[in-house]
This record gives sequence, C-alpha cells and structure tokens, in this order.
Amino acid sequence: MNKKTVIEIWVGVFMALGLVALFFLAMQVSNLGTAYTGETFDVNARFDNIGGLKVKAPVTIAGVEVGRVTGIRYDAEDFRAVVVMGIQEQYLERIPEDSFAKILTAGLLGEQYVGLDPGGSEDTLAEGSEIAVTQSALVLEEVVGQFIFGKAKEGT
Amino acid sequence: MIGFFAKLGGWGLQALTRLGRAHLLLLSMMRGLLEILRRPRLLLDQVFSVGVLTILIIAVAGLFVGMVLGLQGFYILSRFGGETALGLMVAASLVRELGPVLTALLFAGRAGSALTAEIGLMKATEQLSGLEMMAVNPEHRVLAPRFFAGFLSVPLLAALFSMLGVMGGWMVGGGMLSVDQGAFWNGMQNGIDFREDIINGVIKSVVFGFVCTWIAIFQGYDCVPTSEGVSRATTRTVVHSSLAVLGLDFVLTALMFS
Repeated sequence: MNKKTVIEIWVGVFMALGLVALFFLAMQVSNLGTAYTGETFDVNARFDNIGGLKVKAPVTIAGVEVGRVTGIRYDAEDFRAVVVMGIQEQYLERIPEDSFAKILTAGLLGEQYVGLDPGGSEDTLAEGSEIAVTQSALVLEEVVGQFIFGKAKEGT
Repeated sequence: MIGFFAKLGGWGLQALTRLGRAHLLLLSMMRGLLEILRRPRLLLDQVFSVGVLTILIIAVAGLFVGMVLGLQGFYILSRFGGETALGLMVAASLVRELGPVLTALLFAGRAGSALTAEIGLMKATEQLSGLEMMAVNPEHRVLAPRFFAGFLSVPLLAALFSMLGVMGGWMVGGGMLSVDQGAFWNGMQNGIDFREDIINGVIKSVVFGFVCTWIAIFQGYDCVPTSEGVSRATTRTVVHSSLAVLGLDFVLTALMFS
C-alpha cells in the first residue's frame, strides 16, 4: 500500500469514528432513542397544588409511561392549576373518562410525575377532555405540619 | 503625556489593521473553497495531519476526564444518596461544556501550534512567495485546505471526546463503584435532551473549531519571518486560541442555556 491510500484510509476511519460518536451521543446518551415523537392528544386536569411538577414530566398508568405533561398554567377563575397532558395517540378512546389523576413522587426525593388510575366508565378520554377527580401533590411541610398538629392533640 | 496618547493610538491602529488583515484572509480562504472542491486531495492530506493525528490525545484525555468525573461525582453524590444521578452528571458536564472546551484547548495546543509553525516557516523560507511567483495563490492552495480541515475536525473530535468521557465515567461508576447500570443510563437519557444539549454542544465545537484554526493560520501567515517571529507567533496562537475559546464559551453558554 502506498502512502496516499494509507492517508485516505485513516481519514475515512477518523470520519467514521466521529460520526459513530455523534450517533452514540444522540441515541445512547440523549433522549432521542427513547423519546416518543408520534402524535398525541391533550387532556386537562385541575389540581389544587401541583407541588414541583414540571413540563415534560411523565404521565403514567400502572407505572407505564403513556404521555408527558405539555403545559402548566394557573387559572385565576377558580384558583387552581391546570395541567395539560399530551397522551400518546394509541391510547385515544382507551382511557376511561372517570379516571383519577394524582401527582406522585418517584422515590423519596425524586422527580414528580402524574399517575392516572383508570375508572370504570364506558366513556373515554378524548382530545380536550378534562379529568374531574384529582389529588394534589404531597407537600412535605404540610404533612409535617399535620403530624405535629396531630401529636399536639394527642398530648392534651 | 502626548507621547502616551500617540503610543496608545498607534497600538490601537495596529490592532485594528491586524483585525482587518485577519478578516481579509478569512474571506480569501472562503473563496479558496472552490479550489478545494476541484482538488479534494488537498483537504484530505490536511484532515490527516490536523484531525487524525490529534485523535490519540483527545481519546486519552476524554477517557480520563470521564473517569475523574465519575470518581469525583460519586464522592459528592453519595454524600446525600444520589449516586443514581452519576450518569446524568457525567454526561451533562461532558456534552455541554467539557467536551467542546477541552477539545478546543487540546486542539489549539496540538494542531493549532503546529499549523502556525508550519505556515510561519513556509513564510520564513519564502515558500509562500515562491508559490505566488508561480501564479499560485498560497491563500487558496496552502491556507484554505488547512482552515477547512480544522473546521471539520474539531466537531468530530469533540464528539469523540464526549463519547469516550461517558464511557470512562461508566467504567468507573458501573465497574469500580457499583452504581446501578440501569439507573446510570436511564438517568442520563431522561436528563439529556437531544436538541437542548447535544446539538448545542455540537454548535459550540463548530464555533471553537472555526476560531482556533482561523487564529492559528492567521498568526502563522502574519508572523515576522524570522525564527524568533515564528516562535512568538506559535506562543500567541496557543494563548489567543485558549482565551478566545474560554471567552466564547461563556458567551455561548449564556445565549444557549439561560
């Protein structure tokens, strides 16, 4: 092999290595390999307190991710938070309308996410429907406050 | 007093004309792209000497930076029981900051200084004027291929650095320190966004590659054609490139991630 071909081979190997590295970063390190990119439909839910829930937090049923939180806003009319959830299209008309939405925490200090408990209704959730029954996030200070209040009551 | 102002003015004018010459050179090198398209061989040879020969130092540095990040991150995270976030910490710091910046710094030291010395010596031995005598434009024929080779190589090297760094962090975290494998990779994938983190990191490395090679080539082309002048130009290349990379990194981070 002459010198020219050796250089060509090395440059080819270099290019391939760089592209493999970019591909690795995209698929293995970032969320591109696992993220759901298909169509979704929006479902709203009103919570008294969303705690530390963030946009992009997962929405799960029985622990399996079915969608993501796409928007959070405050409704000044009834003083509650409106959480908009983008549910994957394959679950359109599959989730009972009277499902129960609650904000849960992954682990003791983990991220907060929305858990849906399916109800028993024949009607199902569709684009723009609203979940009526919700449970707010557990705020640590309130729990501790209630605990201390309960203890004080016991003492008297 | 008047002498002081005269000196200041002279210095300012000199700096401005240097900046102007640097931009004219950049413009001329951009026009040299046509010549490269006609003779891709020129670019290939330069990608070899600028990019391929830099792989080794980038690979070793990336692996060890990742391993150190794994160790230090584990030490701090385990103090409050957050070892599972190790993967996210290693990957985020590599992809966003350390990958592009350290690659550019190493590139300036390894390839930038070599470029300056080579071009400076070509100028000192009148090879560049020799080309001009033969009606060959040295800016198109000699400088442009080197510029585009550097511009092309740095993003690829930075991606390689980040990948090997993540591997290094995984070797230390998963192998030596027994962080859960699933949590390591899963935390990373949940926390790193493709558009926000990976693409922005690549944009950073493209900018750094552009600036580093431009500085290196300009310093070589603009040096005083003596042995002392070449040595000064080489030093300036490393210093100016490093400062430019660190300064630009702050600006880019502020623009991208705030």
